Amino acid sequence: MNQTAEAQTGFYTEDMTISVGPQHPSTHGVLRFVVKTDGEVISEAIPDVGYLHRSIEKIGEKVTYHGYVPYTDRADYLAAMFANQAFCMAAEKLAGTEVTRRGEFCRVIACELNRIASHLISVGTFGQDIGAMTPFVHALRERETINNLMEEICGARLTYNYIRIGGVGYDILPETLTKIVEFLDHFEPIVLEFNRLLSGNKIFRERLAGVAVISREEAFSYNLVGPNLRGSGVKWDIRRDIPYSIYPELDFEVPIGTASIGALGDSFDRYWVRIQEMQESVKILRQCLQMMPKGPAISKVPRKFRPPAGEVYARVEAPRGDMGFYVVSDGSEYPYRVRIRTGSYTAMSIIDKLSKGIMVADLIALIGSLDVDAPEIDR
Amino acid sequence: MKPLINSLPETVFTTKVDDLLNWGRASSQWYMLFGLACCAIELMQTGGPRADLDRFGAVPRATPRQSDLMIVAGTLTYKMAKRTKLLYDQMPDPKYVISMGSCSNCGGLFQLAYSVCKGVDKIIPVDVYVPGCPPRPEALTEGLLRIQDKMMRERWLVKPARPAEEQPEAQA
Amino acid sequence: MEAQDIYTRLEKQFPGSVSDFKGDVKEPYFTVAASAIVDVCRALRDGVMLKFEVLSDLTALDWPKEEKIQVVYHLFSYSQNQQIVLKVDLPRDNPRIATVEGVWKVANWFEREVYDLFGVIFDGHSDLRRIILPDDWQGYPLRKDYVEQEEYDGISTQRAPLVEKLLR
Repeated sequence: MNQTAEAQTGFYTEDMTISVGPQHPSTHGVLRFVVKTDGEVISEAIPDVGYLHRSIEKIGEKVTYHGYVPYTDRADYLAAMFANQAFCMAAEKLAGTEVTRRGEFCRVIACELNRIASHLISVGTFGQDIGAMTPFVHALRERETINNLMEEICGARLTYNYIRIGGVGYDILPETLTKIVEFLDHFEPIVLEFNRLLSGNKIFRERLAGVAVISREEAFSYNLVGPNLRGSGVKWDIRRDIPYSIYPELDFEVPIGTASIGALGDSFDRYWVRIQEMQESVKILRQCLQMMPKGPAISKVPRKFRPPAGEVYARVEAPRGDMGFYVVSDGSEYPYRVRIRTGSYTAMSIIDKLSKGIMVADLIALIGSLDVDAPEIDR
Repeated sequence: MKPLINSLPETVFTTKVDDLLNWGRASSQWYMLFGLACCAIELMQTGGPRADLDRFGAVPRATPRQSDLMIVAGTLTYKMAKRTKLLYDQMPDPKYVISMGSCSNCGGLFQLAYSVCKGVDKIIPVDVYVPGCPPRPEALTEGLLRIQDKMMRERWLVKPARPAEEQPEAQA
Repeated sequence: MEAQDIYTRLEKQFPGSVSDFKGDVKEPYFTVAASAIVDVCRALRDGVMLKFEVLSDLTALDWPKEEKIQVVYHLFSYSQNQQIVLKVDLPRDNPRIATVEGVWKVANWFEREVYDLFGVIFDGHSDLRRIILPDDWQGYPLRKDYVEQEEYDGISTQRAPLVEKLLR
């Protein structure tokens, strides 16, 4: 192998095994890849996960339903509202509880703001991995405004514990609604500025076009969800196809990848789907703010929440795909089993196959475009 | 030639030189990016535009060899504990550790978990504990200023009147 | 297709291997024998008008009172917008089952996690080893009778409460 490589290129190389991580400047969390390469071309990249395993599933069997909601925040801290909502939906489905209408609107407003914040981090850190340091700082600046709004709504900047069983924890005040409108007016031109800085950048586009193409059949076989699936051309969104909450009454598009600059399902398609989803979230927020009804924000739920025995599977469309909560109840106050199925876990399983024969720098682009993050994988 | 550290008498000149050395170190604490979990996002926001860490001279470094401050931000699991000790040993002296957030102070809300190490001070000695879940950027900035105060109190040229201050021990 | 029709079709195709259809619960499910799981999954993925392209989830439940570990498969079909749940009962002291990695590639990682946390052995798996716990961990944590070990790698797992430390 070395002789022929030397004969072809004139360089002497040998196979080496490098460990990328678990502490590394890329900001996707503690992940480790054992990379076998001969210098620049990878022959195998095996992911090694579990450095952030906080046993959230086992804790579900030891605390009550109401007390478990803060732990769901930590299952994916960048999209904490969605995990809250999925667990509360599962508990409500088990017990047959109704959610008040104003509570549903508050949930959707909080979730779509969180979607914008999560996509900002994902797009900003993707640019930073590729080498563009400036858009990351712009994304953090916008995210500060969203953090302020979240603090006014529920008191916390990152791990919210806002969506409770039966509704939401606190009502949204009219002053906050005015500030959300101001933020939306300020944010729409910022996305266009982002496009000038990053998406329209020649270096960025050439770095991503045609890299790590995922076909439709592979996306099904490896159970990719969310923007990863939509980037390969499959028009599937839980908000549209298995609708929950008040999404049937809202009008929004579902962006899919269209092979804009390379092959269908390459890294740029997945990135472009996320940028368009941010713009769709702005549309959804404007509609919600106009249609907001009056009424209580949470319905009456007993303090000792004891659903009948049974099991339920609740899905929401989180920024990283469809997050499913499988809750099994045996009739007591504590769940019998809580299982969290996230989109990043299955996205990691495809990296081993896609990384054969690509360069080391393309591996970084691949991991960034799949938008994996460590708490979703390890829970 | 006998070594210069901690060997000279306490005069105006030597204390001023000590203050100059400490001021130089305190105004340029380079921290290692050791963000593990949710507190890492707040660490990034603290380095961002609003609560800027760069105005204190603190820039993030990716490698332990070039940093003198380690901000342990996030939950420490047993799988990560050995690697944490390895990274701490690779940092050159004098080094400091800030434990950021409840999870690295004492295990946080994961007391019932089987795979979480209840506190990073079981592995490495900690200088400043910053409480919060996650701590606000202002709280982390306060932690950085406390490390600055700690650095300004150290003595390099001057012979100490009492035996040397004990470094904080790692608790078992 | 309704869940009842799917069950009747599979009952005709695999007599004796599928049983116990429960259709009036929130997530309709039926039980499959452990020896026939790969064939049933393949029939569900490729069958005409069935077309369950995606394995949404593969997990396990531990029932110590009934001495069994139940492996649960959630299948989903994008073209029919339909979900079906399969359950397989395995004896608790020797849980072994064939792998469905040949049908859906994502089963590779799901089965590794079930092995790691429950101790179920998947025959034919290409790479069955621990995935989210350290390689030298003892025991299977998500079983109901798991006891936490005293210390790992020299680090004790308990932390003395603050009052005790102040009084010491």
